[in-house]
Amino acid sequence: MKSRLNAILDALLPLFATLAALIVGAIMLIILDVNPIVAYGALLEGAFGNTNALAETLVKATPLLLVGLGICIAYRGNVINLGGEGQMIVGALLGTFVGLSISGLPGWVIITISMVSGTLAGAFWGVIPGVLKAYFNVNEILTTVMMNAIAVQLMSFFLTGPMIDPAQAEMTSLIPQTARLDEALRLPRLVPTRLHLGALIAVILAVLVYILLWRTTIGYRIRAVGQNPFAAKYAGIKVNRYIVLALLLSGAFAGLAGVIQVYGVNYRMITDGSATGFTGNAGFNGIVAALFGQLHPLLTIPASILFGSLLVGANTMQRVVQVPSSLIIALNGLVVIFVVSSEIWREKRQHKRLIVIKNEDNGELQSDENAQDSVEKMP
Amino acid sequence: MISDLFSLTVLVGILSSGIRLATPYLFVSIGETFSQLSGVLNLGVEGQMLLSAFAAFYVAINTGNLWLGLLTAMIVGALMGLAMAFVTVNLHAQQGISGIGFYMFGLGMSNLLFQRMVGTVETVQGFPTIDIPLLSKIPIFGNIFFSQNILVYLAFLLVPVAWFVLNKTTLGLKIRAVGENPESADSLGISVSSIRYFTIILGGTLSGLGGASLSIALLNVFQQNLTAGLGFIAVALVYFGGWRPWGVLAGALLFSMVNALQLWIQVLGIPIAAEFAVMMPYILTIVVLVLSVSKVRTPSALTKPFKREG
Repeated sequence: MKSRLNAILDALLPLFATLAALIVGAIMLIILDVNPIVAYGALLEGAFGNTNALAETLVKATPLLLVGLGICIAYRGNVINLGGEGQMIVGALLGTFVGLSISGLPGWVIITISMVSGTLAGAFWGVIPGVLKAYFNVNEILTTVMMNAIAVQLMSFFLTGPMIDPAQAEMTSLIPQTARLDEALRLPRLVPTRLHLGALIAVILAVLVYILLWRTTIGYRIRAVGQNPFAAKYAGIKVNRYIVLALLLSGAFAGLAGVIQVYGVNYRMITDGSATGFTGNAGFNGIVAALFGQLHPLLTIPASILFGSLLVGANTMQRVVQVPSSLIIALNGLVVIFVVSSEIWREKRQHKRLIVIKNEDNGELQSDENAQDSVEKMP
Repeated sequence: MISDLFSLTVLVGILSSGIRLATPYLFVSIGETFSQLSGVLNLGVEGQMLLSAFAAFYVAINTGNLWLGLLTAMIVGALMGLAMAFVTVNLHAQQGISGIGFYMFGLGMSNLLFQRMVGTVETVQGFPTIDIPLLSKIPIFGNIFFSQNILVYLAFLLVPVAWFVLNKTTLGLKIRAVGENPESADSLGISVSSIRYFTIILGGTLSGLGGASLSIALLNVFQQNLTAGLGFIAVALVYFGGWRPWGVLAGALLFSMVNALQLWIQVLGIPIAAEFAVMMPYILTIVVLVLSVSKVRTPSALTKPFKREG
């Protein structure tokens, strides 16, 4: 009975965190002389008010879910991937390049080739920090951030140079964007809205990631390395290999998110010169969604929809009550802070639970706890 | 064209801008050095910079008082540092992720306040250039080093001061002890929490100065995402510099000189893809990280929350 209550409390922690963030947001709105009820009302209306709004929410949720799935894998393997932005960018760059240069094949074949190449590009962008962490002991937080900056410069180079839209090259405006993809190369739409096939792909992948993490040896090993690298090594797992794999998969999903953004939404790669100009901050918001979904691929689906709705609703809010949509970025930041801060209560309860379980002699959890103890005692 | 780059005036211009542009990196990286040496990775400095850059800018355009703007920026940075310290020290939050939260908060909040309270592009009369008597008259060197604004001098002065505090004072010793082995530090009666609170808040204050140096001394404007990743680089520079103020200075100069070079390439209209020049320091940082990882020791307790037993 008590353990069920604990489980419910654990599951609700992210919701409390969001609620707290929204309350802080309401206070800020009041300070800015805006009625928070009107503002949040506009936000809800904009996110769910009609079919189009709902479709837009799902369109925004798609890259968050894809990036978030990669984050689930990486963080379960205890590697922090902050490189989603860069991985999306290189994925989209290669994916777009392929789509623009191949012709004479059926549309779906080209789309598939583009998606695979974009995914590989993202994976490559993840492998570099992975190898550096696994074999050279270089902190992946730093390298993934550096790789973001390098990707932005690559994007800027290609979109204002070799891959620039010929129309822009002729004019003097020189907006950094590629030519438009052929109509045959657009991802099919699911209903008469902007909702595209990419959303469905993302959901299917979420199920696959769940199976990967909890139903396969590879997934088990990634999680084992994440929980306790020393114990994993002792158990004969090649820890380094799984660190690289976790970052590779994480990058692959972000890369795919980048291609899908091009083939499903914009039909060309376009930016304002910054990373956010192309990604819409999805590389970071995907982290928020995954954390909110407790690093569980299936829970990341509703989490992505929630944050997608906030992003879409924020635009309506901006129109109706003239509150800049960046309020939502600030609130997302607060959600992250609150979620990671609230972990301490989960841990405390888990600690208590473990003591209880120990007495009842539950094998798996107990061995976890023992393994952790032995690591802490290591010199 | 390319030969223009090598004329004396241009070279002096590049070096002088390079020195100037090192300012924000120095403030932020030196602050981050303190917090990392005590065992705390603060990834939120970018957010601290953004919010304090806006605060400095807003106060400066409304009161015309740059010093008041600077003070506000320091307070905003310190307050964000305080919040980070609470989350890190008391709640044991995972630092790599909570830092991203603070980054997003600062990014969103600064833009929200800017659009709501300023709205249009405005420039501010920033800190003026101060020619140091006599020294600024030295040919070439004078222009490069001694004809800068006050924040530039402060930032460079911070390097020896930080070196002195970290290496020659009891406080420095305590900070290192807390970052290397918090358990022993604790058993020696050093308060791990107080030291970490101190370094994170100090780091926040310096990030505030770094943000203000952009908005009211170097660029003299505020806009969305003004820092554009500068804070993240500042964090990397701490690793780059091996947690030593002089190493951080070298890294900061590397980045700022390349930035200056790239700016001048654009000004002179030289047909080189500037993107690759801008990319170089990032690649170089990764290379340096790889090479230095075996030689320089990371503070052992970095990113590890301290939980007192019992």
